[in-house]
Amino acid sequence: MLSVRDLSARYGNVEALRPVNLHLGKGELVAVLGPNGAGKSTLLRALMGLTPGSGQVDFEGAALPRNDPRAVTQRGVVLVPEGRGVFGPMSVRDNLELGAYLLKGRPGEFNARLDWVFALFPRLRDRQSQLSGSLSGGEQQMLAIGRAMMAGPRLLLLDEPSLGLAPRLAAEILETLATLNREGLPVLLVEQRAPMALRIARRAYLMAVGRIVAEVTPDQITSPHDLARYYFAHEAA
Amino acid sequence: MKPPDSPFSALTLAGWLAGAALVGYALFDGGYLVTVLGFAAIYAIFVSGLNFFMGYTGQVSFGQNAFAAIGGYTSAVLTTAFGWGVFPAMASGIAAAALLALLIGFPTLRLRGHYLAMATLALGMIVQEIAVQWDSVTMGYTGIAAIPALGAFGYELPSDRAQLVALLLALALCLWVASRLKHSRLGQALAAIAGSEDAARALGIDVARYKLIAFVIAAIYAAFAGSLFAHFVGFVSPEVFGLHMVVLGFTMLYVGGIGTVAGPLVGALIISLLPETFRGFKEFQDLAYGAALILILIYAPKGLASLVRRLRMRSDKRRAA
Repeated sequence: MLSVRDLSARYGNVEALRPVNLHLGKGELVAVLGPNGAGKSTLLRALMGLTPGSGQVDFEGAALPRNDPRAVTQRGVVLVPEGRGVFGPMSVRDNLELGAYLLKGRPGEFNARLDWVFALFPRLRDRQSQLSGSLSGGEQQMLAIGRAMMAGPRLLLLDEPSLGLAPRLAAEILETLATLNREGLPVLLVEQRAPMALRIARRAYLMAVGRIVAEVTPDQITSPHDLARYYFAHEAA
Repeated sequence: MKPPDSPFSALTLAGWLAGAALVGYALFDGGYLVTVLGFAAIYAIFVSGLNFFMGYTGQVSFGQNAFAAIGGYTSAVLTTAFGWGVFPAMASGIAAAALLALLIGFPTLRLRGHYLAMATLALGMIVQEIAVQWDSVTMGYTGIAAIPALGAFGYELPSDRAQLVALLLALALCLWVASRLKHSRLGQALAAIAGSEDAARALGIDVARYKLIAFVIAAIYAAFAGSLFAHFVGFVSPEVFGLHMVVLGFTMLYVGGIGTVAGPLVGALIISLLPETFRGFKEFQDLAYGAALILILIYAPKGLASLVRRLRMRSDKRRAA
């Protein structure tokens, strides 16, 4: 479904993403794990075309346009950005409407998606006229995911959705992602909280210093020591 | 009239009533207050344009005076040297400013933050320098005088009061358009860009295109204001459209409330009226004026018009808690 070959990206002279290869099958939830500065966010940004990159990305059997985020979104690849990217001075409803920005002139489909998002996050229905800047961190994350769902994704990319959330809330958010995935939505999840991500992911890529150092399944990682073992093996190599 | 359904709309209603009373008094009494309110109306239009680019879209421009100068000078030259009517001259100035904004904006808007600010500052300075040096058309520092007053089909509005009414109608039209655009699909896209360009891009919004549209709209408003100024005062010179205009515009925008539809109106009124209010302080007038501005920005850091939004945010948080 998604196939990434030799995707690399630079910030000026700094090579933030060295040629990366990964794949994601139909209906899979795959995690990308790694410490700060490993290149996880850059990977998602390069996939979306937000950071100029080179390499080949195929989605649903056709090449994904490079460096053109609008075209990528139109193809159904939707990003929930790091830090949520919620538009604080706008109401919850306005944020959700922006999620369906590319749905111009199809009110029936818009309403159906809105009802679906409200069913997924009932709290957003209650707060739809509230300014999104006044929501709690967890609610803002729900809004960010709800907004992405309004775009009708065929592949959802998430950049650290648990960032800054209390463990209980983070688990709730990740459980929602697992539900979405069970309903058939493929998900590429970037996370620092490895144990939480591995609880819902089918596979995981471990990243360090801009490259993928290992591909693992959750049963291979039973303790933090297992993760460390992979990273140290990479450093030793 | 429908009664206000919340303290916020009551506050807004009180503001509108105070403004209407002020205009009513000026029209009844005439005199200097008519001129002050006329300038306030023109600046409110200018700042509404600036608000499009800075408030709604989150960009920075120090060069809106360039477009006001183009509007003002085009009106002045076409009416005085070529005998054009006010409306065609005004429309030509606006079209010229829009075209320049399109041409300049295309390469310039790739810049961000301070770099964009510097580029637009340079634009303002270049246009002002052209107004100084192109003596044969602009009359240099001497300026162009005897510009016909506002009017149409050979008829000029006979008094300052009539001109003030025309300016207020123009302002109302501009604010109505600004409000409609802000709450349209375009306005939503601009707000998203102001919030986070990357998040907007990730939603499929064509950020470069919308920034250019906002820049052109801001230029149209500025040119309209420049042209109105020329016809209201009857005179233009390079100093009128200098850096002073930019500083004044910024002050009005921040005091009134950046990103709000009413902010430019509130800011233009307050900044135009404050010096007159403190006239009795004589040599301490500037000091009192400065102190008042500082106090406003301390107690209403996002501007007076945004107090309503702040109250709403607080109420939302209380309800959510």
